[in-house]
Amino acid sequence: MSLSSTLSHLWPFPGGVKLAGHKTLTNHQPITTAHIARQLIIPLSQHIGQPAEPTVNVGDKVLKGQVLGYAHGPVSAPVHASGSGVVTAIEEHLVPHPSGLSALCIFIDTDGYEQWTERSPLLSSQQNISELSSEQIHEQIAKAGIVGLGGALYPSAVKLKTAEKMHTDTLIINAAECEPYITCDDVLMQKRPEEVILGILLIKKVVGAKQCLIGIEDNKTEAYQTLLKTISGYNTPHCDTQIEIVQVPTRYPAGGEKQLIQVLTGKEVPTQGLPMDIGIICHNITTAVAIYNAVYRDEPLISRIVTLTGGAIKQPQNMEVPVGTPIRDILNQAGLDETKIEKIIMGGPMMGFALPSIDIPITKATNCILVSEKGELASPPPAMPCIRCARCSDSCPMSLLPQQMYWYAKARDLEKVQDYNLFDCIECGCCSYSCPSNIPLVQYFRYAKTEIWDDELERNKANIARDRHEFREQRLEKAKAAKAEAARLRKEKLLKKKALDAKKAKDNAKDNTKGNAKDNDEKNQSDKHSSTDLIQEAIARAKAKKAQQQSQKKNTDNLSEAQQKQIDEVNERRRKRS
Amino acid sequence: MLGGILAFLALASFFGLVLGFAAVVFKVESNPVVNQIDALLPQTQCGQCSFAGCRPYAEAIAAGDAQINLCPPGGANLIQSLADLLDLEVLPVGEEEIFQGPIVAIIIEEICIGCTLCIQACPVDAILGAAKQMHTVIESECTGCELCVAPCPVDCIEMLPVKQTLKNWRWPEPQYNVNNKEADTIFTTLDQVLTENVRP
Ligand code: SF4
Ligand code: SF4
Repeated sequence: MSLSSTLSHLWPFPGGVKLAGHKTLTNHQPITTAHIARQLIIPLSQHIGQPAEPTVNVGDKVLKGQVLGYAHGPVSAPVHASGSGVVTAIEEHLVPHPSGLSALCIFIDTDGYEQWTERSPLLSSQQNISELSSEQIHEQIAKAGIVGLGGALYPSAVKLKTAEKMHTDTLIINAAECEPYITCDDVLMQKRPEEVILGILLIKKVVGAKQCLIGIEDNKTEAYQTLLKTISGYNTPHCDTQIEIVQVPTRYPAGGEKQLIQVLTGKEVPTQGLPMDIGIICHNITTAVAIYNAVYRDEPLISRIVTLTGGAIKQPQNMEVPVGTPIRDILNQAGLDETKIEKIIMGGPMMGFALPSIDIPITKATNCILVSEKGELASPPPAMPCIRCARCSDSCPMSLLPQQMYWYAKARDLEKVQDYNLFDCIECGCCSYSCPSNIPLVQYFRYAKTEIWDDELERNKANIARDRHEFREQRLEKAKAAKAEAARLRKEKLLKKKALDAKKAKDNAKDNTKGNAKDNDEKNQSDKHSSTDLIQEAIARAKAKKAQQQSQKKNTDNLSEAQQKQIDEVNERRRKRS
Repeated sequence: MLGGILAFLALASFFGLVLGFAAVVFKVESNPVVNQIDALLPQTQCGQCSFAGCRPYAEAIAAGDAQINLCPPGGANLIQSLADLLDLEVLPVGEEEIFQGPIVAIIIEEICIGCTLCIQACPVDAILGAAKQMHTVIESECTGCELCVAPCPVDCIEMLPVKQTLKNWRWPEPQYNVNNKEADTIFTTLDQVLTENVRP
């Protein structure tokens, strides 16, 4: 317990807001289990980076835990079947995303047997973690498709690899859960403290961190006490786990990665930098449990705890839900009062987004479904002009100047808005929440960010188009020059020949005065010769030109993989048609 | 006195030489303003500005022969950035220049007769094919200039809007006017886009 002395005080972060928690709705209920859904809809992209590449076909029988899609690209994660059954379709379906767009999903009609693939856990609960190498754990994490469950959805294996390389010495476990309504981390800590701690120890081992801090908001006393007890159970006189649990003041957004780091260590993550730059790695508590499941049970990430809450739900609760279960199913199980529904929000009221339908599957990212009744989530009066009161900047936990950023974002001055460190904005929404004029500030920042990314993409595309266009111009120019050159050569030859003929004619005229018929014959012969020569030459020229054209560089060099694939596809189609 | 004059003469001739030399060695090949303008243009090469491509239009703007609002694919954003760059007044987007969003050409392969006319028309070599062979468009390279549509003798080229995916989707500009009754932001939940259709 050497750490507690070093952590005698905390460092508050700037700004933030106090919010009504609404957490008592769900934080004392047991964790329930979702009924097996008749159909599972499993999106192939449940993480940042490239979507997984499907490995199953329609009609395949799959077992629970079987790989449905493998990681594709350096930043990607596999997805697994969350129930046994038959793959009935692989097609686009609505996915939980603020755009309300569809993406590729695998549909499984479940058989209800919940038959597992073969599992061989790396460790049993009797064994010690030191029996595993960090490579083994790392591999298992990658295989299990674990992603950052705090909301970032960044593949954990990739993050841990980077952390290992950058020699991070402090592991921070984020258990703050600062958004109103959400309690899934809270109940997880209360009900499964052993799994939490073992998961943390596994992460600690992989990263090679010397110390570990768990940051938990001081409104979760029960979870705090439970964890404290569990940790002391693991601390023996010979072996200190070096895990310290610290209560942080309840203030939104204490659970922001950078905010929690600041509160616990007093260190600030550099602008546009990562916690790893200052030797810290942050993981969410739910991710730790997923890692525990992967190592001790050989279970991939196929289910998660979801908070179902809000005024329109009769029995608010935390439910363990297989990934891919339609939201409609679990809402019905929790008793949805359809007459009361006002908004259905995925995530919390501050950072979540409204869903366009409830026939959307739960994904690895879903921590909460909030179904509000009328009047539950305050609709502020319409937006008014900015009165320059600076409340937005006072509440900003990143010490930004939202008012200025808003101004430039609205004018679409994308350079200026970046000068104000737009990309440091964590989109917590404190500014919009505090604005007395109800200006949708954070919406403007999200808009500006994607606008900037889009501009960059377009610029890249334009540059490629310019290169291709210039290349084409050059090629046409060259072809024209070559043609002109050939024409010139022909003309020269013709002139030469004419001159020669003229000379011969002159000579002949001289000879003719002698009246030699034989000579005349000869001349005809040579004329014939020269014309066949010309034809021969023309053929040779044409051949040379063709060869040259073939050897000339075409735009088909340096094709990207996708283009090559497209070309191959076309060739394939052609072959089939002919 | 004389020494001073000589020294200055020597210096002057030295710098003259250096500058003269630099002017030859570091000669800027093309007009930097044209390059800057060209860098802003979308490179669609569609010719809707009445010039033969983006670069000629950039040259015309630089020479003061063309207005800055002639490029439909660039839209209002381009006008804004050109106005900023050249310190000109922002002009309204021309009537017929309203741009409907990005599009790409698709060749209906069943109809294509392989005449190569579209290949010759494409300014960025984004069409693949050979004589009497079916042609196809490399989607990622197509700038949506529509130049291939007219030459096709069998009308088998269609312009389609680029499909929206999770990758290219972007947040819409918040639709709020001061005092607009409909502009209610629920708490801070960002759902202007999705207000319809929320109910099951
Ligand atoms: S949304 Fe961004 S600008 Fe607004 S308070 Fe949060 S971090 Fe600051
Ligand atoms: S809080 Fe709202 S009204 Fe006040 S300065 Fe910020 S944007 Fe303007």
